[in-house]
Amino acid sequence: MYGAHGTTDLASLAHGSSLGEQLEELRGRSVLLVVKDPAHAALALLELDGVAARLVICPADLRPEQLPAVARTAACDAAVADSAAAVAGVEGIGRCVTVGAEPLPTRVGHAGAQDTEWILLTSGTSGVPKLVRHDLATLTYALGDARREAPPIVWGTFYDIRRYGGLQILLRALLGGSLVSADPGEAILPFLERARAARVTHISGTPSHWRKVLMSGAAATIAPHYVRLSGEIADQPVLDALRAAYPEAVLAHAFASTEAGVAFEVRDGCAGFPAGLLDAPGAETRLTVRDGTLRIRSRGNAHGYLGKDAAGFPRGPDGAIDTGDLIEQRSGRCYFLGRRGGVINVGGLKVYPEEIEAVINAHPWVRMSLVRSRRSPITGAVVIADVVLADGTPGGACPAPEELTRQLLEGCRRSLAAYKVPATIRVVPGLEVSASGKLVRANA
Amino acid sequence: MLVRSTIGSLFEQVAAEQERKLVALTDDTRLIDCGLDSLSFAIIVARLEDHLGVDPFSSAATTDFPVTFGDFVRLYEGIA
Repeated sequence: MYGAHGTTDLASLAHGSSLGEQLEELRGRSVLLVVKDPAHAALALLELDGVAARLVICPADLRPEQLPAVARTAACDAAVADSAAAVAGVEGIGRCVTVGAEPLPTRVGHAGAQDTEWILLTSGTSGVPKLVRHDLATLTYALGDARREAPPIVWGTFYDIRRYGGLQILLRALLGGSLVSADPGEAILPFLERARAARVTHISGTPSHWRKVLMSGAAATIAPHYVRLSGEIADQPVLDALRAAYPEAVLAHAFASTEAGVAFEVRDGCAGFPAGLLDAPGAETRLTVRDGTLRIRSRGNAHGYLGKDAAGFPRGPDGAIDTGDLIEQRSGRCYFLGRRGGVINVGGLKVYPEEIEAVINAHPWVRMSLVRSRRSPITGAVVIADVVLADGTPGGACPAPEELTRQLLEGCRRSLAAYKVPATIRVVPGLEVSASGKLVRANA
Repeated sequence: MLVRSTIGSLFEQVAAEQERKLVALTDDTRLIDCGLDSLSFAIIVARLEDHLGVDPFSSAATTDFPVTFGDFVRLYEGIA
């Protein structure tokens, strides 16, 4: 595994251990994994499977203040972390093992191996992550196709290997190959340079990652055989631009979600997917559209959410997971329109409009607001807001529209992550409210 | 010229909002080197759509993504 700070031989685990004899102390526990370096995290994951009862995999961008809630929900009683300080404020952690060193030449028996639950995090409303229950069987469900690839395969990924999409690539690389993983916060040119040096053959990212590569002017740094897009809607312009940049490569766009798992991969270079994949008789992965959204049932489906979100797991009575992705069928092809419920996907990151509206509505001159998605050729979507002014004179004269917009943007920047701050804010005379008193949210 | 100055001032405005250091822009400045990130570009494109009423990226004729600031301006000058 090629990291930004060195190379790690994952096969060394066959005769060594990165956790050493401390691994035994984690047996049967619910382990919080807070490790920044992707290679160290990968080593710890491989060792803990079959030993820990539960592995809670924290992505690199999880904010430290969210750790206590995550640990509480997953009843974590141990941690594997870069340092004890990383989990110092987290209650219930009885044992903390630190990582960082190369595998030690200690032989550790895996006797009495147990089924380990793998917990992956996904974004939830109001910014609190949801904890999604998987195990090695659900996570490796979609790897059948990867086993048929001819070696030597060198994978590259822009994803964090601690999120569903990146973990899929790590697991593929483990089947026989190597992996160049992007470091959290690593710029595009150094990553492409590392990918070139390692002779990456297969590479995966979101359409937004790929647009960044295309706009860098450095797409030709790498010459992959296989280019994969997932995590967002792959539109025709990005597919066409990648086809032009890598004319020899297999160009594949895949659909996967943390809850539903991997559903399909399309290799024809056209946006959307063939309608023939829907309700295909005898298919291992059953895709169907009901009430306008894509439903997926397969052995790759997650088992559910942990904690108070459990009742909200989107599994229907037929056992299929509702992805919440709206589908339109045109001439034998299914196209993604966006998300039901208004969830906005900005460069692969989920944004819940209500969280932003709450911040905007806190301004004394705002009566109500509607946050919605606008298509973006750069990040897939951006957040925009329509604002209705309050009646009367709360605290003096209403600022001019430009000044009000400036104040609202400043307020959003103060309390929200950058990708959640609206790109534009418009003052509108009114917003449509339904008979039940709810804001009418246009889909997509 | 109007398009160019609109774009130039939007680059500065968004850089200030995102607390990013913008380099002096010339036609040859590579977008990747100008100091802005993807989110900044997404914001600029969204605001340009409000100002100019066009999004040249979504027109069928565009398959080349702009690499330099000059490419970016020409993309808008071509249709505005």
